Amino acid sequence: MEAHYWWVIGGVLFTLLNTAAGLIWLERRMLALWQDRYGPNRAGPFGILIVLADTLKLFFKEDWIPPFADKVVFVFAPAVVVASVLMAFAVVPFGPNIVVADMNIGLLFFLAMSSLGVYSIVLGGWASNNKYALLGAMRGASQMISYEVFMGLALMGTVVLSGTFNLGKIVEAQRGMWYIFPQLLGFLIFFIAGIAETHRLPFDIPEAESELVAGFHSEYSGMKFGMFFIGEYLGITLISSMIVTLYFGGWLGPAFLPGVIWFILKTFVFISVFILLRASMPRPRYDQLMEYGWKVLFPLSLLNLLGTAAIKLLIDK
Amino acid sequence: MGTAFYIAAAVAILSTIMVITRYNIMHALLYFIVSLLSVAVVFYLYGAPFMAALEVIIYAGAIMVLIIFFVMMLSLGSQTAGEERSWMTPGVWIGPSILCLVLLGELVFLILQPAGPAGEVRVVEPKEVGLSLFGPYILAVELAGMLLMAGIVGAYHLGRQKKKIVHRFLQTPES
Repeated sequence: MEAHYWWVIGGVLFTLLNTAAGLIWLERRMLALWQDRYGPNRAGPFGILIVLADTLKLFFKEDWIPPFADKVVFVFAPAVVVASVLMAFAVVPFGPNIVVADMNIGLLFFLAMSSLGVYSIVLGGWASNNKYALLGAMRGASQMISYEVFMGLALMGTVVLSGTFNLGKIVEAQRGMWYIFPQLLGFLIFFIAGIAETHRLPFDIPEAESELVAGFHSEYSGMKFGMFFIGEYLGITLISSMIVTLYFGGWLGPAFLPGVIWFILKTFVFISVFILLRASMPRPRYDQLMEYGWKVLFPLSLLNLLGTAAIKLLIDK
Repeated sequence: MGTAFYIAAAVAILSTIMVITRYNIMHALLYFIVSLLSVAVVFYLYGAPFMAALEVIIYAGAIMVLIIFFVMMLSLGSQTAGEERSWMTPGVWIGPSILCLVLLGELVFLILQPAGPAGEVRVVEPKEVGLSLFGPYILAVELAGMLLMAGIVGAYHLGRQKKKIVHRFLQTPES
């Protein structure tokens, strides 16, 4: 393995973990902006040191494991979410030649890792041995399993167009036209499924603090809660970067900026959209979410795949 | 390739043994997931990346989640673990061990057979899998589709709810 490789791995990890931490500040400032208040603005320039203060606070909180919990699983669960999301980043092409693992099944690898992420919620909720946590875990499991289906089906549209699962080649195939134009429907479905998959507001039904205390992580404190927290921000970053890679041309862009910068800029646009959604949308009821998924998104994603394949065949003929 | 295979295979075997010997069903299921993941690694190493991805997405990511989901709903406590312990007497091991020994003997015999060297590892692309599924194996795909359709119809029938009106004047007599 050459030196370049280790630089990529180190750089990706460093950037991602810092981005996830920095999103604490970004989210609170943006929410404040949209809700017409100041937000954190005391510590450091523009209040950016709130990240440091928050992290220190998390580290010094009492790290309590309830005596009625299943200890091993309880400790293991928060690690799963962070690990699975970080693994998924291995296949994301951040720029020309900046990718940790240039796999031929990159897209499937992403789907596999995001489907493993559900275990953190399920196991965390089950191991807590608490009824609210269990209810949150059940909601989380059914929500994430259902939305994974349309997520995968929506992505297959880009696979049909580009003819490959390799994310780098999918980006290359968008030189003529970004896939957002032929795959608008697929993009919308993927975006909605992505919100449900990261269980962000408005689909934060596994947490639903107004009905379930804090849902699956009710019993967690200290850095274990911090892992769920960071995992959620990493998840937002992952879904945003996948949207950029698959539908918005990845690192492609006018040549006056290097590819990585274009990638980061586009990703941050979508991260901001995630935060804007949190600021502006009410939470749907649980059965509404499932009904919406299976009765609207699922047929639409099938139609999208069918139509894309038919048009592709027609053009190729 | 060799070392990676042996590590993955060892993890698979160890975790499968743990699945059988755990008394707590949740821990057993977790070991089972590890076992599935290590089998996926073996698939990936020997030229079936598509199968490896499907193994993780479908088996580890969907089916096992559903099983865990139901175990969660059943809320099996320490009582069931004790029950399980009482079932796992040494006598239970005899039958399965004999069967496994037969298989092991067969395997050793096959390995000792002077066969040619194992062929080069050929990576099977997803496209090839798709072509063969919808080519020579189309009948199997259709049968699986029909089975799934029956499952969906059954689930719909079981899960269907009559619209219930809770109002003393609007209620129909039989409801």
